[in-house]
Amino acid sequence: MNNYDVIIIGAGSVGVPLALHLAKDKEKVLVIDKNPSPGQGQNKAAIGGIRATHSEISKIKICLKSLEIFSHWEEETGDNIEWFKGGYTYPVYTERDEKTLKDLLVIQKEHNLNIDWKNPDEIREIIPEINPDGLRGGTFSPDDGSASPMLTNFSMYKKSVNYGAEYLFRERIEEIVIEKGKVKGVKTDKGSYNAPVIVNAAGAYGKEIAKTAGIDVPVEPESHEAGITEAYEHFLDPMVVDIRPDKGSNNYYFYQHKTGQIIFCITPDPNYPGHNRESTSSFLPMVSKRLINIMPKLKNARVRRIWRGLYPMTPDGFPIVGKVKEVEGYINAVGMCGQGFMLGPGLGYYLSKFIEETLPEEDYDIFDQLTLYRQFAGDEALK
Amino acid sequence: MNKYRIKSHPILNVKEREKVTLYWKGEKIEGYKGEMLASTLFANGVRIFGHHHKDNSPQGIFCANGQCSQCMVIVNGLPVKSCMTPVKEGMRVEPLENYPKLPESNEIPEFGPPRIIKTGVLIIGGGPAGMSAAHELGKKGIDTIIVDDRHRLGGKLVLQTHKFFGSQQACYAGERGIDIATKLESQVKSHESIDIWTNSVAVGVYVDKKVGILKDMNEYVLVEPKTLLITTGAREKSLVFKGNTLPGVYGAGAFQTLVNRDLVRASEKIFIVGGGNVGLIAGYHALQAGIKVVGLVEALKEVGGYKVHKDKLARLGVPIYTSHTIVSANGKDSVESVTIAKIDDHFNIIGGTEKTFKCDTILVAVGLNPVDEFYKKAKSYDMNVFSAGDAEEIAEASAAIYSGRIKGAEIANRMLSLDEPVPEEWKKTGDVLKSKPGKLHKRRIPEKEEGVFPIINCVQEIPCNPCTTVCPKNCIKLDGDSIMNVPLYVNDACIGCEQCVAICPGLAITLVDYRKSDDYVVVTVPFEFEEGTINVGDKVMTVDIEGNEIEETEVIGIKNVKINNRTPLIKLKTSKENAKNIVGIKIQENIVPEDSIDTSEIPDDAIVCRCERVTAGEIRKLINDGVHDMNQIKILTRAGMGACGGKTCRPIIERMLRQAGVPENEITVSTDRPLFVEVELEKFAKGEDKNE
Repeated sequence: MNNYDVIIIGAGSVGVPLALHLAKDKEKVLVIDKNPSPGQGQNKAAIGGIRATHSEISKIKICLKSLEIFSHWEEETGDNIEWFKGGYTYPVYTERDEKTLKDLLVIQKEHNLNIDWKNPDEIREIIPEINPDGLRGGTFSPDDGSASPMLTNFSMYKKSVNYGAEYLFRERIEEIVIEKGKVKGVKTDKGSYNAPVIVNAAGAYGKEIAKTAGIDVPVEPESHEAGITEAYEHFLDPMVVDIRPDKGSNNYYFYQHKTGQIIFCITPDPNYPGHNRESTSSFLPMVSKRLINIMPKLKNARVRRIWRGLYPMTPDGFPIVGKVKEVEGYINAVGMCGQGFMLGPGLGYYLSKFIEETLPEEDYDIFDQLTLYRQFAGDEALK
Repeated sequence: MNKYRIKSHPILNVKEREKVTLYWKGEKIEGYKGEMLASTLFANGVRIFGHHHKDNSPQGIFCANGQCSQCMVIVNGLPVKSCMTPVKEGMRVEPLENYPKLPESNEIPEFGPPRIIKTGVLIIGGGPAGMSAAHELGKKGIDTIIVDDRHRLGGKLVLQTHKFFGSQQACYAGERGIDIATKLESQVKSHESIDIWTNSVAVGVYVDKKVGILKDMNEYVLVEPKTLLITTGAREKSLVFKGNTLPGVYGAGAFQTLVNRDLVRASEKIFIVGGGNVGLIAGYHALQAGIKVVGLVEALKEVGGYKVHKDKLARLGVPIYTSHTIVSANGKDSVESVTIAKIDDHFNIIGGTEKTFKCDTILVAVGLNPVDEFYKKAKSYDMNVFSAGDAEEIAEASAAIYSGRIKGAEIANRMLSLDEPVPEEWKKTGDVLKSKPGKLHKRRIPEKEEGVFPIINCVQEIPCNPCTTVCPKNCIKLDGDSIMNVPLYVNDACIGCEQCVAICPGLAITLVDYRKSDDYVVVTVPFEFEEGTINVGDKVMTVDIEGNEIEETEVIGIKNVKINNRTPLIKLKTSKENAKNIVGIKIQENIVPEDSIDTSEIPDDAIVCRCERVTAGEIRKLINDGVHDMNQIKILTRAGMGACGGKTCRPIIERMLRQAGVPENEITVSTDRPLFVEVELEKFAKGEDKNE
């Protein structure tokens, strides 16, 4: 009775949509998570941005699929996930950043992404309150947007349960059981479950889980800090990403959620490695300056809460997805580098077809790019 | 503006204050300089401060303490909590309708990193515990910062106009809370090693062991203490019932703030939910401010507060309904009436026992929870942290004074590596002061009918002894070694000095005097109401210990002398038959209920989370659907994600989970994150440290 087609480890941004797609295709799925309910790892720490405007075909394809799912979710399921198509802007104030983004734009255009260079006046039309001093222009991708990670995760969880997916919470994986080079199932602190396919979607704990199968994945979590203000009348459509580095931080980004709050997040420099998620005293003084600088009216926005979330990073900033040579039936879906929420639904779709071996030939390039056996030599242009 | 102002008060000194003019919805209104905007609005009859974005429900005052955000209004274009915003000349105030607008601005302020301030001890909270601890630290010269979000030290003591219990030697028993606040404050001020930061709020404890403080509500600084002491007091528990968020339903603390601090006649008629000391005392304060108290409900068979407090209220004519609960607050845009009903042993409402009373305000006083978030965070970050007072354990203010004193001395000893143990006596006294009321005894009345002597109506064991220390002839002694024992008249040598009558915080001692005449007896009772409420020659209704009417009696004298500390004594002319039974004077007429309405259990539309307007039904549905994780409930309903950060609704949701049969070990603790209150981004950016 403990036999399944697929066992997914982790009921977060990646595990839940994968379970949904598999269950929809009539696979018998079990999802196991150590937390008391879905989305209690990094999903609820995510700020909710979703964009397809990446630099490599794998993530572009996955996120285009995600956007298709997010943007139709409410009409298809009736569940409000607070999806808002506000686009992404990368306003630019330095020559160097202009070159970086314009070079990237060539690749993005090649992949038929809806993204364009906008001159300063056009940027000011998109973000009327932006600081115009030294503004050189920027990119704008109107099809990107945002949604509530928690509402999305829960809605997908419910749907997957409706399709027959089973979940076990408050259970810790002790071991991925392997016999003769093939996965047999998992052993938890409460029981044993069998399946020929085990997906590691353990997010920030992806490395530890992989280790129980004897597999080494180069995934190290680092922590970013985020905050939210009280809600204000809508005044800002897109996600604004400022890629300039500053003392103590690299890029940062913010947007106004559909429900009115400004949500902001910063990439600390140097980064904070490890699993600690407690707030530091340096975050607010650092991020507030940068926010006010780019949009002076934010100075009156009142911060309500701050938190930290983990980015499971890989050496090159791309996820690690797919099979491994050592163990048949074991599949990685780890190292989302802080983009698990935007990648999750699309990845769930492609990975389910990959597992079911119904993936069209032309989509195998995703898994070729995200293989564990790549060089990890490159560097994702906009992590 | 005068309609809702208290113009005279039996205890509080109503001073002339400087007036300011401001605008509410474009109309000119008047306030007093320095008072909080919420009070100004209340004094001008404004009860609805805006409407909620989720369901357009009217919003008004709830905590009056900067913790929730129901009193938000727009001042000069910016959203603010009106209870924490002092009024200023020319202010333009608008109700907050739906979401506030973030105003335009192109100016970029000057930036700087926050100052980092090192100190020996940081005390968060300047109430009785914090002040007492600071005093002990000051005695030892330890550099200390004490932080409080109000404009003066004192905490909730500054709202307590009544005389305190406890022992005179140990903790100022017999003195009024407001006066104790001033004494403790001046003690703290006498130490050079103590830096007092009033009007400053601690917003977060961070993993790097620094505490973020908004100093003077303006400069954001980071304090790095060697030792952190949390004396943040308590917050009031909330209660779920139909209409529980109508403007006019609020906490007893908010009421005392409006009435006793800001001298606003917040109400004409109140109804009180909860028979603990907080509710009982709030009722007494209301009567003193000229506000009618329609009744008080207590779910238990007996009130939880001191019997003397309850009797005091009952004698003045306040009906106390034990084994009753509130069914609903009724009204369209604000409270117009309250419905209560009898409950059975399982706290279920007994149908058909509903009563409805007209009132404009319902005070919720159903207990307190410690404000311990800072303590827990700091502990988890391995900081050197302690807590005292209500933040550690809920008890009376006198106990908080003691626990602060003990913690202060302990911290000082530790920091100076002194081998001076805190006196055992302090700890003993501290423990006694925390005691819940104990055994009930019989009223013991001397049999003789001659001379003069006191009748002691203090029959419940509580930690209190001023009557024993004040008697110049040592006539009154406690019935044992502990301050908990009840007082007895043991030495028949009374000279009729009346000092015991005047000092008793419970107003539980009267004096019977047979010496004047063979035909009548003079009974002296304490009566803490304004001059002119009763005059010589008046006929008043006298009552027994629990408020039962005895007879109409003539007032033959009123004595109001300074030494009695604002407790006038009334002399009544009565018969020998009644003399020993008269304990007080009733001032409220009998209150009869309106026609009753029929209701059953807590309806689904009762609000659990006030900030985000989440109903009991929404949460119940999730629980029934198997969502048992507090964090999950928070995520899906936004309950706990609002301004107050779950301070109000979390215990209610936990209770709902328990009621639904979720095992205790499966109820997850929801995660606390900074900030404690909202702060503008600009405050974090505009540090004063120019050295970096």
